[in-house]
Amino acid sequence: MHIPDGFLDPKTWGTLTGVSAGFTGYALYAAKSKLNEKVIPLLGITAAFIFAAQMLNFPVAGGTSGHFLGAILAMVLLGAWPGFLVMVVVLMVQCLFFADGGLTALGANIFTMAVIGGLMSYYLLMLSKGALGRSLSERTSLLTCTAVFSWISVVLASIACSFELAISGTVPLGTVLPAMVGVHAIIGVGEAIITTVVIAVVLQSRPDLVDAYSGPPELGKRVAREVA
Amino acid sequence: MADDVNNVSGKKTTGLWIFFGVAMLVAILLAVFISPWASSSPDGLEKVAEDKGFMEAAEDTEPTWTHSPIPDYGDAVGTKAAVGLSGFIGVLLTGALAAGVALLALGLGHMNKRRAAEPGN
Repeated sequence: MHIPDGFLDPKTWGTLTGVSAGFTGYALYAAKSKLNEKVIPLLGITAAFIFAAQMLNFPVAGGTSGHFLGAILAMVLLGAWPGFLVMVVVLMVQCLFFADGGLTALGANIFTMAVIGGLMSYYLLMLSKGALGRSLSERTSLLTCTAVFSWISVVLASIACSFELAISGTVPLGTVLPAMVGVHAIIGVGEAIITTVVIAVVLQSRPDLVDAYSGPPELGKRVAREVA
Repeated sequence: MADDVNNVSGKKTTGLWIFFGVAMLVAILLAVFISPWASSSPDGLEKVAEDKGFMEAAEDTEPTWTHSPIPDYGDAVGTKAAVGLSGFIGVLLTGALAAGVALLALGLGHMNKRRAAEPGN
């Protein structure tokens, strides 16, 4: 879903560049409460994994491919703002080093995939997890919400992308919206599978490294001991 | 709650640095050995742009940034090795930059704390 140069008009990409710069600046301050010397390697590894996984285009219906997005994975693992920074780094590297996504569209791509597909979807996930957590175990409600909202994150991002294209006058909303949502509803299934499997594996081996998991407190203390 | 209890009941968890090492290795293996065989079909947005006739909007536009050292993840070179190598470079670069940004954020946090701790603030 990386928008190239030329799809967006200056008012749209200009506005979204400003919005994304604002979010990124705030994230640099807000992330600090989650960061310590031991979380930093996890942040780097998460970014590296998302970069790698985004290269793996899988075929979906009708000569189309989709690939992993990773915003929900990053935020569930690291918390909203460190996860947001990870997505910004991934999108910047893709744009500047690999010519994936236009430079004028970088702000729009951050907005689409890290604000709408990321922060907004993550906070919806956490709200639902809170509601679900009253009747299900922490682990089950986290994995269920991870599956559902990683799918939703891809669909929401495709809706945002459609609006950006329509507002730019590139294509009418009625034309682009059903097409984008249709294909990304399928791609989102891949997103849900990958995200849920990775979170389940980390929960199994190191539950203390999953920020969104507020499970047994003993494990949190274990990490505190290791850090100290 | 049953599964939560299972987690507590002292199953040995993976050591922190072993976990980091394995995770990094998985990322590198995916980028180097799997990505060259990824689908080269257009992605969701590209496909919609082709079908709905607005792909020209991008094709007719000069890219604003032309200094990407490895455009399209080595696809232009056309060999699987080039894609794998570009994946390897990308994984290390992204990981290092993200850790760097985190250090920067941590540094900003420390500076703030120090400023707040000064008398008169």
